[in-house]
Amino acid sequence: MGSLLKPPVGPGDHVIGHADAAVEIVEYGDFQCPHCAAAHPVTKEILKVFGDQVRFVFRNFPLAESHRYATIAAIAAEAAGLQHKYWEMHDMIFEHQASLSYDSLFVLAGKLGLNPEQFERDLQNEALRDKVESDFESGIRSGVNGTPSFFVNGNKFDGAAGDLFAMLKESSN
Amino acid sequence: MLKKGERAPDFTLYATPDQKIVLSELKGKNVILAFYPADWSPVCSDQMALYNETLKYFSKHDAMLLGISVDSKWCHLAFSQSRNLHFPLLADFEPKGEVSKKYGVYDDEEGECKRALFVIDKEGRIAWSYLSPTAINPGADGILDALESLKKK
Repeated sequence: MGSLLKPPVGPGDHVIGHADAAVEIVEYGDFQCPHCAAAHPVTKEILKVFGDQVRFVFRNFPLAESHRYATIAAIAAEAAGLQHKYWEMHDMIFEHQASLSYDSLFVLAGKLGLNPEQFERDLQNEALRDKVESDFESGIRSGVNGTPSFFVNGNKFDGAAGDLFAMLKESSN
Repeated sequence: MLKKGERAPDFTLYATPDQKIVLSELKGKNVILAFYPADWSPVCSDQMALYNETLKYFSKHDAMLLGISVDSKWCHLAFSQSRNLHFPLLADFEPKGEVSKKYGVYDDEEGECKRALFVIDKEGRIAWSYLSPTAINPGADGILDALESLKKK
């Protein structure tokens, strides 16, 4: 089915790396999805190995009916973003996925030194909930059929994070 | 497989152990038929779980989703409860695959439906159809594109 990223990466996205990087990877992920947690160290490794050649974008695709904490975890990462710790929270949630709960998000926020009152308020922030939802909708429109789903330079990549790593290694040889 | 512009064949199938759904009674609503091979199988489970999350976007287009496979009504009940599904699963069970055959999406070799999507408009005509490779979850983008182009008419 349709396999183009809609809309393209824009100012509302969380981005690591430069706009002029040769390879743009967009992941649609769910913080409570075990496959996404497994993909997390692989995408980190891709960024380490390929450095400036790659830019990485994460969009939320919480499967809320299957994963009760997926949406609140996505909002928590966005809330941390308001305190300039988006990627730190993103990493922490995946790295502590096994113990993910409403309370555990506060523990992680504490570890990152976030202002706890603001963090708690932002978990109820409608604008952040809307952001997560619009990420989800863009995923559906782009043909995301499960998590994680990757797009490389705007085209859906049919494979897991490991396949993506292998493909990048091959094309850089 | 039936194509765009053809009339959607009517059917009456069990949606729960004591309730049947008649397609022609849904006139006035857009209907999405999602034929899938089997309850419990990994790709079907992912596909139905995805649609469970996208119902809200379907209903924005005044569309109702119906899953269909040759599994029995009791099997559907257990599958639906285990996955917390919020849309009906129809049992094309007796005579086996009769409706799938009418839509041209029965796999004789496996004795299951193929993985196929139909969007039926409010007058009961097929507005869009798509046959997916059995191993691939087709997602929801094609359905939404079809519903959107119906609205523009």
